[in-house]
Amino acid sequence: MLTLILILLPLLVAIGLFFIKNERWARNLALAAALIESGISIAALYTYFNFCHCQLLFRFEWLANYGISLKFGMDGLSMLMTLLTNFLVPVVIYSSFTQKVERASSFYSLIILMQAGLIGVFTAFDGMMFYIFWELTLIPAYFIAAYWGGENRIRITLKFFAYTFSGSLLMLVAIIYLYFHTPLPHSFDHIWLYASNLNPAEQVWVFLAFFLAFAIKIPIFPFHTWQPDTYVTAPYSGSMLLGGLMSKMGLFGMIRWMIPITYPVLNRTDGFFIIFPLIGIVYASLIAIRQDDLKRFVAYTSIAHLGLVAAGAMALNAQAMQGAMIQMVSHGINIVGLFIIIQYIESRTKTTSIAELQGIALKAPRLAVLFMIILLGSIALPLTNGFVGEFLILLGLFKYYWLYAAVAGLTVIFSVVYMLWMYQRVMLGNTNTVTESFTDLSWKEMIPLIAIVIMIFWIGIAPGMFMHLAENGVRQIIGVVR
Amino acid sequence: MTILITLIPLLPLLGFIILGLGYRSIPKHIASIIGPGSILISFILSVIVLLNFRFSPFAFRFFDWISFGNLSISFDFLIDPLSILMMLIITGVGFIIHVYSVGYMSHDEGFNRFFAYMNLFIFFMLILVMAANYAVMFIGWEGVGLCSYLLIGFWFKNQQFNNAAKKAFIMNRIGDLGFLLGMFLIYKTFRSFNYVTIFDLAKTMSPGSGAITAITLLLFVGAVGKSAQIPLYTWLPDAMAGPTPVSALIHAATMVTAGVYMVARSGVLYVLAPETMEIMGITAMATMLLAAAIAVFQNDIKKVLAYSTISQLGYMFVALSVGAFTAAMFHLMTHAFFKALLFLGAGSVIHALEGEQDIRKMGGLKNAMPKTFWTFLIGTLAIAGIPPLSGFFSKDEILANVFSSSQPMWIIAVAVTMLTAFYMFRLIFFTFFGSYRGNGHPQFSNIHESPAMMTIPLMILAFLAFAGGFLNIPELMGGSRVLKEFLAPVFADAVKLNQIPHMPVPERREWFNIALVLFLVLLMAFRAFRKFGDLKPDDGNRISGIGARSIFGKLAENKFYVDELYDAVFVKPVLKVSGALHEFIEVKFIDRIVNGTGTLVVRFSNIIRYLQAGHVGAYMFFMIIGILLILFFNIIL
Repeated sequence: MLTLILILLPLLVAIGLFFIKNERWARNLALAAALIESGISIAALYTYFNFCHCQLLFRFEWLANYGISLKFGMDGLSMLMTLLTNFLVPVVIYSSFTQKVERASSFYSLIILMQAGLIGVFTAFDGMMFYIFWELTLIPAYFIAAYWGGENRIRITLKFFAYTFSGSLLMLVAIIYLYFHTPLPHSFDHIWLYASNLNPAEQVWVFLAFFLAFAIKIPIFPFHTWQPDTYVTAPYSGSMLLGGLMSKMGLFGMIRWMIPITYPVLNRTDGFFIIFPLIGIVYASLIAIRQDDLKRFVAYTSIAHLGLVAAGAMALNAQAMQGAMIQMVSHGINIVGLFIIIQYIESRTKTTSIAELQGIALKAPRLAVLFMIILLGSIALPLTNGFVGEFLILLGLFKYYWLYAAVAGLTVIFSVVYMLWMYQRVMLGNTNTVTESFTDLSWKEMIPLIAIVIMIFWIGIAPGMFMHLAENGVRQIIGVVR
Repeated sequence: MTILITLIPLLPLLGFIILGLGYRSIPKHIASIIGPGSILISFILSVIVLLNFRFSPFAFRFFDWISFGNLSISFDFLIDPLSILMMLIITGVGFIIHVYSVGYMSHDEGFNRFFAYMNLFIFFMLILVMAANYAVMFIGWEGVGLCSYLLIGFWFKNQQFNNAAKKAFIMNRIGDLGFLLGMFLIYKTFRSFNYVTIFDLAKTMSPGSGAITAITLLLFVGAVGKSAQIPLYTWLPDAMAGPTPVSALIHAATMVTAGVYMVARSGVLYVLAPETMEIMGITAMATMLLAAAIAVFQNDIKKVLAYSTISQLGYMFVALSVGAFTAAMFHLMTHAFFKALLFLGAGSVIHALEGEQDIRKMGGLKNAMPKTFWTFLIGTLAIAGIPPLSGFFSKDEILANVFSSSQPMWIIAVAVTMLTAFYMFRLIFFTFFGSYRGNGHPQFSNIHESPAMMTIPLMILAFLAFAGGFLNIPELMGGSRVLKEFLAPVFADAVKLNQIPHMPVPERREWFNIALVLFLVLLMAFRAFRKFGDLKPDDGNRISGIGARSIFGKLAENKFYVDELYDAVFVKPVLKVSGALHEFIEVKFIDRIVNGTGTLVVRFSNIIRYLQAGHVGAYMFFMIIGILLILFFNIIL
């Protein structure tokens, strides 16, 4: 039941928000709803650990004739992703309070709607439900970027929409195709889909459809070109939702659906598909070095980091997959942190160009420290969140094929190169005309960043709870693969 | 006991947290108690650990860090003679340098921030040496890299300093990747990260096996980065951008010794990999020779010492490469004493000269700052290897070991010893002898000895640099080998398994070698005296550099253009590739295909038109309503 509440509450709130005229009220209600949602997921976590270790399953036969049921539940993976979602959404909403948002009620309504969609994606145990919620998230993402975005928003968001939408249509075809190959009576239930009976050629087609859909969403090289433009043009809250959470849908889809169903293809192709994210790591890292726009910079670093996660997910061993799960959480937290900081910088200086900024640390030591900590998380320094996942992924990749780990490991070097150089140019040195009147963060502005920093150290120093949650799901999936 | 041991690294961490959070509100006089105080308590605790140590190493668990399935990485500490020795050096020398810093940094507005970073550094360094497995060692390993970045770029207004800081971090990270991959291979081979488990298993393996060779080579890449050996040494001379106590602490006494410590710790693995030992020996020889040659031609007081550090680290690696682990650790210890002393002495000089670092503009300071001079002289005599100072014994130990394994190597080591004596005496004559050449910047009469806060640490270090060698007087001279016996259990297995042949050397020959080396060292000192003993402001030729005359000198003065080479081969191409990838591959190729496909689809479909013409608001609204209705009806009905 908790699972259902987690989905329904934001759906209802999203509708309610549309009708609230007072914008202050709307945003406060949105934040309150998001916080209540967080509270509920903590209750779910508590139940999970202390009472049942069960999956908090909600199941309702909907279109029984077609084997479609409303089946939602929480295993470790869902729990982890739900917690991430319900941690980040309030942070995203709160950090937007310092900005002026027009048509606030629609804006926050869409964010909450996005939250509902995300929870649906992460908790669906029915293929059709997974698809429906998958598409549901695209709608708010599209409108947030298209209405509240910056330059060229119509063209860019259209590309984003068309690109990701065509990917997900392929996925729909694959799911329906799988359905017809499930044991009788056909069903979209995940257990049925896992048990579908495909010959090797069919497996390849289904795999490719899933892979494309997820590769576009994450995105994986070379299907990533919609992403930098979209991150740049979307409003900050939109970029945070896209980079922090929507990208995780693709990775989650890989782990929950693609790998258990079509892992024989990954085995037969002998790691061929891991090469794409590996190229992406090097390629995007190299490009990130010279980017001048901070948001575009973050976009490219994100392609590199997510490439590592995708490679880990596809290495088909427990360590790499475990690392991938942890790294999804860490990346979500860190990228939102980075976007919040860029948002603060832009709201003070009216620019996101690295070349125009300089010496901010002199004026804003608080910002400088928080920025540095998030940056350390991103470069995976031990005792920060980035290290745990990256270490496990690389360890697992090494087990799979040492050369892959060596190539993926280049991120250890590249991340320092691009991150420190960016930090040096933006934060260090002497101030210039743009930054000389830069004011340090207020306490109010620091709250979301402090929350993020706490998570960075929590996962980095004592990842036990997160490891436990991930392990529970990873073991099942690796069990299927074996 | 375990609580006390846990406190040793935690106290500096606590100091960091307190000073970090209160970097604006904590007054200086309190910060100058918290900063050094936390290290002092750690030092006292380390001494207590030493006194209670009963010759059986023990490990204990602090907490579980990363564990799932059959992988378990826990935060374990290992207390054995090797880690105790390192803890004493780090906290002992660290404390002295902290006290000195209180004086040195007293006028700096970033006072609290400085001590916060220094405490954090000590924390990571202690984690590095106290770890009971490679994963926890890696925490310290990366952590000191970070602190080095923070401290080198401490005065972050200056972008030149920031470049140096970034360079240090990046070069360290290149080594770290090697370390990481080495760790992964260790896990694949031994299914564990724990030293004890790994070494027990390794002992049963045959020497020269592929896995162990690869592991040791990869770990050595890490050591090359951290301990500034060829080809990753260029960050260390640049690291002098930080405040001078930082140079003393990080870039001389502790952080750079991490690589030496790691190899010594992994001794069992290294002796089983003769090829790695050979590569290490060659790298180390090349490094110590190159760095010593460059040091001869440098005119920045800190640069001379920096290259000297690189050279001395090479010396330690040479010792390791013949399996002389105790000798390497002995030299590591004495080097920590005299190099910290020399750097702090240099800091005292720079402090007095209001920031001047060019030795050509110094001279005649021995009367103006006698305490600094005498202590600096002791440091110089120690590093040059004059008996009975500490450097004499530790160098002799290395030379004796090298001689019994490889005589060509010994000859190079002796050559480096000679160069060391030469550049160090050159430095001291330039700085303290002759007449003042500062041209009134500052006025000679304004140059004063540093305050007691700085000179007392110098004296303590001078005492250690003088007497540190008595811990390990060779049997040849009828001494007791306290250090060797103390460390013996740690290296017992490694020594037993050592593949490198050791020829017995007759006692007479050993005495002859010692006398020969001493004679050569004194000769070089004398040569330096003849050339630079009494420099006057108008001795243009001799001052402006011995380098100007020969091609070799010119090359060495410019550090053999290695920085320029790296810039041309790595930095610039990467920047070019970065731009080109974006412009040509990303925008003009991949994205063009995507857009082309999109356009094609649009032409043949009406989907897009439908979307654009539709009333999006309504569309969205009905979608939500729809989903809700479906959900509700199905639950209720």
